[in-house]
Amino acid sequence: MKKMLYIASLLGAGLMTSLHAVAGVDAARQNELLYFIKHDCGSCHGMTLKGGLGPALLPETLAAKPRDYLVNTILLGRENTAMPPWNTMLSRDDAEWITEQLQDGKVMETELVLNKKSQDLSGTGK
Amino acid sequence: MIRPLSISALRSALLGTCLLLAANVFARGTGDLGIVIERADGSVQVVETSTNSSLGRIEGLGDLSHASAVYSRDEQFAYIFGRDGGLTKIDIIDKKIVKRIMQSGNSIGGAISQDGRLVAVSNYKPGGVKIFDADTLELVANIPATYGDQGLQSKVIGLVDAPGQKFVFSLWDAGEIWVADMTDVNKPVITKFKDIGKNPYDALITPDGRYYIAGLFGEDGMVLLDLWNLDAGTRRILDGYGKGEKKLPVYKMPHLEGWAIAGNFAFVPAVGHHEVLVINTLDWSEAGRIKVHGQPVFVMARPDGRNIWVNFAVPNNDTLQVIDTQSLKIIKTLTPGKGVLHMEFEPRGGQVWASIRDEDRIAVFDTETLQQLVTFDAKKPSGIFFTSRAHRIGL
Ligand code: HEC
Repeated sequence: MKKMLYIASLLGAGLMTSLHAVAGVDAARQNELLYFIKHDCGSCHGMTLKGGLGPALLPETLAAKPRDYLVNTILLGRENTAMPPWNTMLSRDDAEWITEQLQDGKVMETELVLNKKSQDLSGTGK
Repeated sequence: MIRPLSISALRSALLGTCLLLAANVFARGTGDLGIVIERADGSVQVVETSTNSSLGRIEGLGDLSHASAVYSRDEQFAYIFGRDGGLTKIDIIDKKIVKRIMQSGNSIGGAISQDGRLVAVSNYKPGGVKIFDADTLELVANIPATYGDQGLQSKVIGLVDAPGQKFVFSLWDAGEIWVADMTDVNKPVITKFKDIGKNPYDALITPDGRYYIAGLFGEDGMVLLDLWNLDAGTRRILDGYGKGEKKLPVYKMPHLEGWAIAGNFAFVPAVGHHEVLVINTLDWSEAGRIKVHGQPVFVMARPDGRNIWVNFAVPNNDTLQVIDTQSLKIIKTLTPGKGVLHMEFEPRGGQVWASIRDEDRIAVFDTETLQQLVTFDAKKPSGIFFTSRAHRIGL
């Protein structure tokens, strides 16, 4: 119940700041990226990002690391480890947005908001 | 008072009821059943291959990304190994969870022992193998994957069962293969093979249970262990298969489960290359390479060995290719949909099932005509496991 209110208030508040933090990533792309994070990054980092072959991607371990360093890790990978470069599939804007979501622990939460939003849109006949 | 006739009538009525009850408990056999892992919802669907239908769903299994399963030898129970460290025993007849435990923080796969009494789980964190009683899921042995001088713990991958009540597995961080003999569960006997190569990522065992082969991620090559001759140690095969070629980024670890063997050839995915490698199993030399559509993830043989089916890592995971094992040529490229994650053949190979994750469905193909027969709904399906695995070494 609390969560619903929270989501509703976010929606009311002129569509959440988090979704507009990176200029080049629109809502549709954000949806795609969330899916990508859960399923494709998730194949190594776990679907709930608690770690697998790759380390956990949770705020506890990521928040203190420099943002650019993580963005570069995502785009260029890490030499001699299993972390591949994603720059053929992700733009810098994409990687920045992903990093922000990961550092702030928003991946699961934001998805809720997006799902709610798409339901709302379909409700208004859009 | 009671006439003999009515006694016998009563008796036969009772007998009839008993038979009926018995028939109800075992309403059907399980030889044509299987499960489909629905990774996002933590559920499994029980499916049936005789008429290709879904029999129902079992929910509440936790994080099932990358989940795998093995079967009890009576094919009534499946043990599901979840990514979140959960081990769940389900009854596929009654379609319910029998028991569920959280056995570690983070796990990757499992195996069932030759005698069917032990279920082993390989863990990433803390790294090692835990062994449970298949009946009760009580812990019976714990084998931490400790290596080096500093007491580091390695992630464990490529866990399989082997004849002689053994489990064999590989240590990703340590580059070691361990053989655990569980003949006496209270005293596992562990034989370790060190310095086998960098980062083994998965392994398989040949259908006869003799050869254990680990693929290396950190080097181009594979490692062979002959379980009939442990004293001979490990041997490097396909050494430097990618030499001179630029290795591509690997977006998804390939799998070696589902041994693809046909005649004297074995087929395995090349890591970081758009190739399937062909190995001559008589001397374990490279017998060829087949250029394919992307980086192979699963390379699986139709049970009769005539064809090989291959799926691919992102961004090519909308495609399946079929290779003819006589000509070593691709005979068909199918694009069943986005996110083709796994395939499973019916025991005699007439049909193959493929999970199409991003489209929330399962597609079933005829393996002769290579046409899609039916498709049905599943929520973010990943692994498909048929009960025939219960009777195969290494699965
Ligand atoms: C094939 C396996 C694999 C896939 C797929 C993968 N990663 Fe990684 N990732 C790793 C490994 C292994 C490491 C640890 C590298 C090291 O040892 O420094 C890592 C490290 C990272 C780090 C640095 C973590 C830290 O604490 O410094 C980030 C961030 C990251 N990955 C993000 C991603 C994102 C985003 C995706 C999807 C676009 C992704 N990864 C997909 C294997 C993978």
